[in-house]
Amino acid sequence: MTLYIDALELQAQMLRSERPAPEARSVSRRPPQLAPGRLAPGVILFGPVAFVLLWEFASAVGWISPKFLAAPSTAIVTGIELLRSGTLADHFLASAKRAYLGLGIGVAIGLVLALASGLSRIGEASIDGLVQIKRAVPTLALIPLAILWLGIGETMKVALIASSVLVPIYINTHAALTGIDIRHVELARSVGLTRGAFLREVALPGALPGFFTGLRLAVTTCWTALVVLEQINTSEGIGYLMNRARDYGQTDIIVVGLAIYAALGLGSDFAVRFWERKALSYRKAMAS
Amino acid sequence: MNVAVHSFRPEPGGRDAAVSLRNLTRRFSGRDVLSDVSLDFAPGEFVALIGKSGSGKSTLLRAIAGLDDGVAGEGTMTVPPDRSVLFQDSRLLPWKTVLQNVVFGLRAADADERGAAALTDVGLAGRETAWPNALSGGEQQRVALARSLVREPRLLLADEPFGALDALTRIKMHELLLQLVRQRQPTVLLVTHDVDEAIKLADRVLVMEAGRIVVDRPVTLAHPRAKDAGFGTLRADLLSALGVSDAA
Ligand SMILES: Nc1ncnc2c1ncn2[C@@H]1O[C@H](COP(=O)(O)OP(=O)(O)OP(=O)(O)O)[C@@H](O)[C@H]1O
Ligand SMILES: [Mg+2]
Repeated sequence: MTLYIDALELQAQMLRSERPAPEARSVSRRPPQLAPGRLAPGVILFGPVAFVLLWEFASAVGWISPKFLAAPSTAIVTGIELLRSGTLADHFLASAKRAYLGLGIGVAIGLVLALASGLSRIGEASIDGLVQIKRAVPTLALIPLAILWLGIGETMKVALIASSVLVPIYINTHAALTGIDIRHVELARSVGLTRGAFLREVALPGALPGFFTGLRLAVTTCWTALVVLEQINTSEGIGYLMNRARDYGQTDIIVVGLAIYAALGLGSDFAVRFWERKALSYRKAMAS
Repeated sequence: MNVAVHSFRPEPGGRDAAVSLRNLTRRFSGRDVLSDVSLDFAPGEFVALIGKSGSGKSTLLRAIAGLDDGVAGEGTMTVPPDRSVLFQDSRLLPWKTVLQNVVFGLRAADADERGAAALTDVGLAGRETAWPNALSGGEQQRVALARSLVREPRLLLADEPFGALDALTRIKMHELLLQLVRQRQPTVLLVTHDVDEAIKLADRVLVMEAGRIVVDRPVTLAHPRAKDAGFGTLRADLLSALGVSDAA
């Protein structure tokens, strides 16, 4: 060991004596930037804000007719009026109830199916093929049958939202359960874990990241399904509000509806991501 | 598969071996990977197993650990039920804290206290609530060592546990392992590809070649083992048994 170090030191000395003294040369402290750096928080809003300003400007100078598209300021005023009168709150609640009821039921069913299929062979044999087929059929294609079976009321809408939500939940949770790290299984066996404890302590926590991926997709899916379903026979909900506005040519109300859909979609995604970060906080720890 | 596994009991009239293997054979797709291995380890004996890559070391260790069901083979084994495996990777569950990993699967009322004590033994006191991802590679392997030792196994099976560590950390881990093994006196089977590591730690060195034990040598050098003449002779012998000419 000592000998080895001495030899290295000697070599280094020889190198130093042979090499001419290094010229003083200014070296840029920053390495060339290969990947774009991360944005400061909030800067992501630059694009949307610029877009709205441009839109407002175009409306103000008359490039965009209000018949074609209302100005953002008009939409804001209309939105405030609708809020004051209580109309907006009613429609908003109707939409949110549909979406979240469907989401809740769909997540529960998707999760149960994924567990049954991911943890037992009988379950996988009976469930997986069916869900894959369901996945291949677009939700919208099920609307005619769903109307025949469940009528045109709330039940049909919630059922269709749930059925579209369960697919991403199932696919991602199931994939995570079946892709469990074989080394963890071996460890569990070597410490003599029971099957119940294995499920609780290894299989389920291991599948949690997959579930969250599914949940983020599901949240988007449920709003997408809602938008389509609210065009069918509704008397309340954001979709109804927008449809009626179309009949009267009120583009400002349509813009308000779109803004609400956007806010709800983004808000839900943000909430899921927040929850995910908390639940999977162990991942954030600095890697070795 | 026709393998009888008995829990540990002293053989009547015989010497009470901690591990006893008789005519152990294992096959992968018709090829014998272990052929007719018969071995006895005395209680508290520290055995190192070296051999070329693919010679069957891990297969033997996994057979003793009982982690090879589904693998074809014959033979009988007597192994203690309270055995513990130390893998090459630390194999910590990322969603469990360091302490939860140490007591993973341990069914004892005082599990947490024992776990914390084991962490102190490996020099990680105060890191109980850290996530494994926040530890360095050497620290993770020390947690794995604590996880093995907290079970107070009668048999410790280690498959190249220090292979992924840098030289300096490995030297520290050697000292730690020797010290802890001396305290608790388990029988140890250490698989390694490092001849020096084997001579430094073990009471007995086995060389495996193509599924057979071809060399079985006691190591009688006094601890701590310096690289003196006795060390050099043994090293040269073992290296030639491995088919490598001794360069150093
Ligand atoms: N699950 C398996 N399926 C098929 N062949 C296997 C399996 N496990 C091991 N083998 C084969 O058995 C032989 C011995 O493998 P083993 O892992 O015991 O070697 P080893 O001595 O531990 O080698 P190394 O030093 O590289 O870890 C190898 O030829 C390997 O390809
Ligand atoms: Mg191996």
